Amino acid sequence: MGQVTNEGSIVTPYRRYPPGSQPSRVYEPYRSTVRRNPAKPLIFLPHTLSEVTGPVYGHDAMSETDNDLTRQHAGEPQGERIIVTGRVLDDNGRPVPNTLIEIWQANAAGRYLHQRDQHPAPLDPNFSGAGRTLTDGNGNYRFVTIKPGPYPWFNHYNAWRPAHIHFSVFGRAFLTRLITQMYFPGDPLFAYDPIYQSVPDEKARQRMISKFDLETTQPQWALGFRFDIVLRGPEATPFEA
Amino acid sequence: MEYVPTPSQTVGPYLRIGLTEKRSVKCLAGPEAKGERVWLKCRVLDGDGAPVNDAMVEIWQADSEGKYNHPDDRQAKTPDSACLGFGRMGTGEDGSCEFETVKPGRVPGPGNRLQAPHLNVGVYARGILLQLYTRIYFDGEPANEEDPILISVPAERRETLLAHRDADRAGGWRFDIHLCGEQETVFFDV
Repeated sequence: MGQVTNEGSIVTPYRRYPPGSQPSRVYEPYRSTVRRNPAKPLIFLPHTLSEVTGPVYGHDAMSETDNDLTRQHAGEPQGERIIVTGRVLDDNGRPVPNTLIEIWQANAAGRYLHQRDQHPAPLDPNFSGAGRTLTDGNGNYRFVTIKPGPYPWFNHYNAWRPAHIHFSVFGRAFLTRLITQMYFPGDPLFAYDPIYQSVPDEKARQRMISKFDLETTQPQWALGFRFDIVLRGPEATPFEA
Repeated sequence: MEYVPTPSQTVGPYLRIGLTEKRSVKCLAGPEAKGERVWLKCRVLDGDGAPVNDAMVEIWQADSEGKYNHPDDRQAKTPDSACLGFGRMGTGEDGSCEFETVKPGRVPGPGNRLQAPHLNVGVYARGILLQLYTRIYFDGEPANEEDPILISVPAERRETLLAHRDADRAGGWRFDIHLCGEQETVFFDV
């Protein structure tokens, strides 16, 4: 459905986000949203070639330790070693192959290697906190890292972020681009975190929480967590057209 | 199983850890790329007009012939291999970042009409939970008058989508992104 003919090229539009599945842009409990988001309504953009195409980026020289954040320095970082793995799919349930995933995170003590992070927790000389990988032909990815710690921020009195890993995914098109945060199951801070709570629908919020997975867990070595990521997909695929 | 897109979240204040010098892309089109060379300075400002010094701006564009380097662009044209078409930069203390590229050609749009040359822009920052999409058109470009997307924008707001020539630099252009406030840039529901 919905194919638009454009002077010799066909554009298959992508599905729009279902209501409640994405965060509110202005969410007052998260204070900095107020002056950093439009007050006027967004203007509906029909999908053209500009939106349904996108960069093939980051395929150059991936190094062996890019997806293992515990092996990027001479020594091992402090903290709880974990494996984070999952699949990138589109909303048709089809895998998204060969796409770049980038992650960044705090160390085990909840401190980022960043000059603006003033949290008085120790830096770890053996942990930078950034990694990247490509999904395989079936959309699978895998990282080895350290479980990040929760950390305080200045949004409101006694504000703490639940432990999270930032995930950045490209997907097939400029409009499939997703930057999100992966959380850990059972975190007591969810109820108090306006960033997590900015997503209106409870079921949608739970899609940001990884699942502990005994099969991924490696005996005597590291706990495993699964985190599947779903990107927007085309309304109709070439196979169905 | 039901496949619903994963919610977006803010990049937070420490984006730079994931966007190191090595992972930034300033040049969208190498020196061999065909077309009119463009040096673009983008500035991101918040609702108080203050520079946003922790944003990331991403740009995606066609080459100078209006061809996207992507399999879903099925126009019978060969993409310019020197034009990556993608750039991303973090903003500095003054809220700005710079790109080097070529002016894109016209690509097909809705209603069998060609679009005017434009850059597709995504803005990410602390306080932005879901990326903001906008477009950059070029001031003085005659095709702007017939661009199907620009025409869909209320006339009094179209100006916010125009980059202007930088009087101080040949091939230089400037574009301000006002996240909100009186001069709020047009953002698109994509």
